[in-house]
Amino acid sequence: MSSEAMAAKPENPRNPLEGVNFAELELNLYRPRTLFSALLSGVVSCMTFFALIPLFAVLWMLLWRGGQKLSLALFTSLPPAPLEQGGGFGNAIIGTFVMVGLAALISIPIGIFTGVFLAEAKKSKVAETVRFAAKVLTGFPSILAGVFAYGAVVLETGGYSAIAGGIALSILMLPTIILTSESAVAMVPARMKEASIGMGATGAQTVWMVLLPTALPGILTGIMLAIARAAGETAPLLFTALFSNYWLISHGRGDLMQPTASLAVLIYNFSGQPFANQVELAWAAALVLVFMVLIFNLIGQIFSRNEVQQ
Amino acid sequence: MATEPSIEQARAEVAGWNPGQIWQPPTNAQRWYDVAFRRLCFAFAVFMILLSAWLILEIAFEAMPAFGQYGVQFLYGTTWDPNKSRYSILPEIWGTLYTSLLALVIGTAFGVAAAIFLSERYLGELVFRLLKMFGLHLHPFWGRLPDRLEALLKNLIELLAAVPSVVYGLWGIFVVIPLIRPYCNWLHEQFGWFPLFSTTLSGPGILPAVFVLSIMILPTITAISRDALVAVPAKLRMAAYGLGATRWETILGVLLPTASRGIFGGIVLGFGRALGETMALAMLVGNANRLTVSLFSPANTLAALLANNFPEASAQQIPVLMYAALVLLAITLVVNIFGALVLERAAAKAEAK
Repeated sequence: MSSEAMAAKPENPRNPLEGVNFAELELNLYRPRTLFSALLSGVVSCMTFFALIPLFAVLWMLLWRGGQKLSLALFTSLPPAPLEQGGGFGNAIIGTFVMVGLAALISIPIGIFTGVFLAEAKKSKVAETVRFAAKVLTGFPSILAGVFAYGAVVLETGGYSAIAGGIALSILMLPTIILTSESAVAMVPARMKEASIGMGATGAQTVWMVLLPTALPGILTGIMLAIARAAGETAPLLFTALFSNYWLISHGRGDLMQPTASLAVLIYNFSGQPFANQVELAWAAALVLVFMVLIFNLIGQIFSRNEVQQ
Repeated sequence: MATEPSIEQARAEVAGWNPGQIWQPPTNAQRWYDVAFRRLCFAFAVFMILLSAWLILEIAFEAMPAFGQYGVQFLYGTTWDPNKSRYSILPEIWGTLYTSLLALVIGTAFGVAAAIFLSERYLGELVFRLLKMFGLHLHPFWGRLPDRLEALLKNLIELLAAVPSVVYGLWGIFVVIPLIRPYCNWLHEQFGWFPLFSTTLSGPGILPAVFVLSIMILPTITAISRDALVAVPAKLRMAAYGLGATRWETILGVLLPTASRGIFGGIVLGFGRALGETMALAMLVGNANRLTVSLFSPANTLAALLANNFPEASAQQIPVLMYAALVLLAITLVVNIFGALVLERAAAKAEAK
């Protein structure tokens, strides 16, 4: 209705705006409705702010207490005995890398190919089951992965080992890699896949030459996040890799079947000790560990910027 | 105008160009490779299912001897005495549920608040208004600031989950416990008759453990709730504003009810996280075999029990610990399967819209 028609019939009995109290709708803090809204906005802002305090508190304490102790010798020497001064955690850093590397070697191929299968066989019974299993396993308590590796590897081979630790970590990495690979492959535009198949490429060629290269950033993001999580895990290593005060490579040969140190277990062991030197080392190790985890997270986020968006 | 690129140039641009592969139909070798590759992917997928079954069966199998010896009494007795070989885990089951539920209450309150803060873009809006005051809101650099800060805030909350739990445990021992101890003991002196404050905090205890635990599950709840809130169709929000609702009338009356399934799923998964969390609890809860409701008393949880006893367990103790692991597995599986089902149904419902 034009404005002229409105003006011509001011006494329109069907005026939809009749009876609306416009003053009631005004944004004014003196009105209880507006005040309530503004108050809740303030409450939610404060709660978000408080939720972030622990993150900065932890980072600050790490830099303050761990940073004081930080020196090059930490990375090249072995953990000290009680009451001994100095020392470091060089073997624990190597142990962490070795076990996370082992876990990655196991879980990356299985994870990516399972992810490809899920993305291709979307609705089949097997795919649905695998997807559900992977989703449930993402919440699998890390200590139970350790219990499993203890039963399946440590009891079978007769001793604590880096292999057992790696297997325990790989169980925790698998679901993350599977689910991120699946979503990354599913994000590849259907026309690219159809073009490849239309040119006569086989399924395997399509996967290797079209799907995987296009989905690579997404897959790498998932791998980096899984590695970051695995590097910080303590519980699965406590009684699979145990701990060791010695280098992984001794007398010129490395042995993956012996107890192995890791940064996370070192922090746990040293935090409960009454010796100041050990506690300081635990803080320094925590700083190094968090730094490593953050680096992996950061790399993952850089990859995720190149992801295919639908 | 640029000339049409020749076919050779185009070929050179295609990485890994191998004319033989496209000019011919697949050779037999390529066909066999294709079949083998498909089978391999399928085999890995089946392996994943078998692995899930193996995880459960391995723990159940190792627990069988203890199950035969201690039976159901294991679940409701309160003694843990390695000297007399008498074991039962009611205090641990109670401690696991109690700490997780308390952490869930705190984690949910702050997690959902943060999810609303993120999905409503409060920060971006505030920065935009500030920029507008200085006339910079269309500036090529400053104009992007609101979006960037929003993304940064989201990443920071996700970083809360990236910090390893053992580091939170270390922080809890040396920072949180000394910090809250005087206040807790004051509460005990003033309100000691109240069951929650019935003991003093002499070191590790339930409260510091719950505090750290709630920080650890907050990012899970926030991430899933935020996704659920963002997925609410914009027309619902516009309709609510159009009817004259204020922002919070819209949030409470329209957005939260619509996203409630997703938020609930996130809370259930957060609960699953809390139940299985090990290191922070092993370091902070005190490892005392005690059945208590006091917030300041030491206690124990299933995961912490495993972490503390497994490394030095004797051959007789292993099946007992495996039995405890089986109980933990059963509880977390039920919670996680329930959470996954809720989220699946929430997603299916959102798709149907």
